[in-house]
Amino acid sequence: MMFDPQVIIEKLPEIASGLFVTLWLWIAGVLGGVVAGFVVATARRFGGTLVNAVLGAVVEVLRGTPFLIQIFLLYYGGPFVGLMLDPIPCGLIGLTVYSAAYYSEVFRAGYASVPIGHVEAAACLGMTRFQTISRIQVPEMALIVLPPAINLAVILLKESAVLSIITVPELTATVSAIGSQQYAFLEAIFILAIVYWIIVELTDRLGRMAENRLSRLRFSKA
Amino acid sequence: MSVPAIAIRKLVKRFGETTVLQDIDLEIPEGKVSCLIGPSGSGKSTLLRCLAFLEEATSGMITINGEALGFFEDANGRRERLPANQIRTVRTKTGMVFQQFNLWPHMTALGNVSEALKIVRKVPKAEAEERAMTQLRKVGLENRAGHYPSQLSGGQQQRVAIARALALEPKIMLFDEPTSALDPELTGEVLNVMRDLASDGMTMVVVTHEIGFAASVGQQISFLDHGRLLFSGPPAEIFAKPRHPRLEQFLDTYLDRGASMLA
Repeated sequence: MMFDPQVIIEKLPEIASGLFVTLWLWIAGVLGGVVAGFVVATARRFGGTLVNAVLGAVVEVLRGTPFLIQIFLLYYGGPFVGLMLDPIPCGLIGLTVYSAAYYSEVFRAGYASVPIGHVEAAACLGMTRFQTISRIQVPEMALIVLPPAINLAVILLKESAVLSIITVPELTATVSAIGSQQYAFLEAIFILAIVYWIIVELTDRLGRMAENRLSRLRFSKA
Repeated sequence: MSVPAIAIRKLVKRFGETTVLQDIDLEIPEGKVSCLIGPSGSGKSTLLRCLAFLEEATSGMITINGEALGFFEDANGRRERLPANQIRTVRTKTGMVFQQFNLWPHMTALGNVSEALKIVRKVPKAEAEERAMTQLRKVGLENRAGHYPSQLSGGQQQRVAIARALALEPKIMLFDEPTSALDPELTGEVLNVMRDLASDGMTMVVVTHEIGFAASVGQQISFLDHGRLLFSGPPAEIFAKPRHPRLEQFLDTYLDRGASMLA
């Protein structure tokens, strides 16, 4: 038996369609998670002790249990409470909720990184809380949250492979199916690793470019 | 007698069980420089932060030009929180300068000074920047308008912070130990800007350890100790001998810090 990736590469159109599903689920999950995570972090910071405690507990549960188990519960347990979801919507919701929990922690740290005095200065000048968040806190934390946010996006890309177990036709599901059909499982897994790695590398590049751009913008012309 | 710029009545501030300010009564006249002095932990910074509404007093009342700040308290001690937009309006009648400058690092000097004009007063960008430039000129930094805070010295940062606080043209300026975070050789430029403001007739409340500045520029000196206002009056009276023993003891620690002229 020979190691022959060719038999997998022949199936390029199928791989591309799996890749497409992975990419859009991942991007939607990250964007949704960023938005929801920011809302959660903001609500926890300004919403009082009760809101903070309730949301904090939800975040702890989501961070404290494996994504695999969350997805299982949502997909196979959902029907017991009347929640019937097709694989793709289920995967999208699961990924978004999971990433929101982690992104909320990133933004929580982001809020904490802005010195309280900067917020007090804004308050003294009559800015509303919304103006202070949008004009002072978010731009100030941007440079600090960007690296962990990109890192988290990379982790989520790889976690999205878990969605193959609830039959979402994403990259891992597609390529391992091809591997079984072609009796070339090892080759399939090998190709899979390379494709994920390429996306991770591209994401990192993009992230570093954004970081450079942001810090140049901030400390540019003298 | 006109309305005082600031009137503080029976102000009490507690943090949990600790009483930080106890029954403070003080009037700050318009156009005067009022200095709050006292040892660390005496409550002088907390009092100033109450005036900026950065701390909410436990009881008592503060009025700014006759308008209640944050809370309204009637003669029976019934206290009512005022609506948020009213609080914001009264707050912008004072400008606050912090010990740590607190400039926003993602904005240039000009951006820092023009920001509140743009988003609080809704002044168009060009006009806001023009007015911000006027303030920067006042503190001698018009040639640093495009610099970010990280590119400025501590003294320059504090002067930008003063320009920022002046941008909304407040009637009263509050200073919380404005030179305590600066090297001795940089304090002079900040104190000079403050002297200029004082000679323009700005009402100023200054928490300071610069006893020399308090004695020479201050027109009202208030001495706090353990959360109580021990006494308040013109410097000639306060610093004249014989002094209150607590003040004497306090000044002893300052003899080599610019107060030697008072010895």
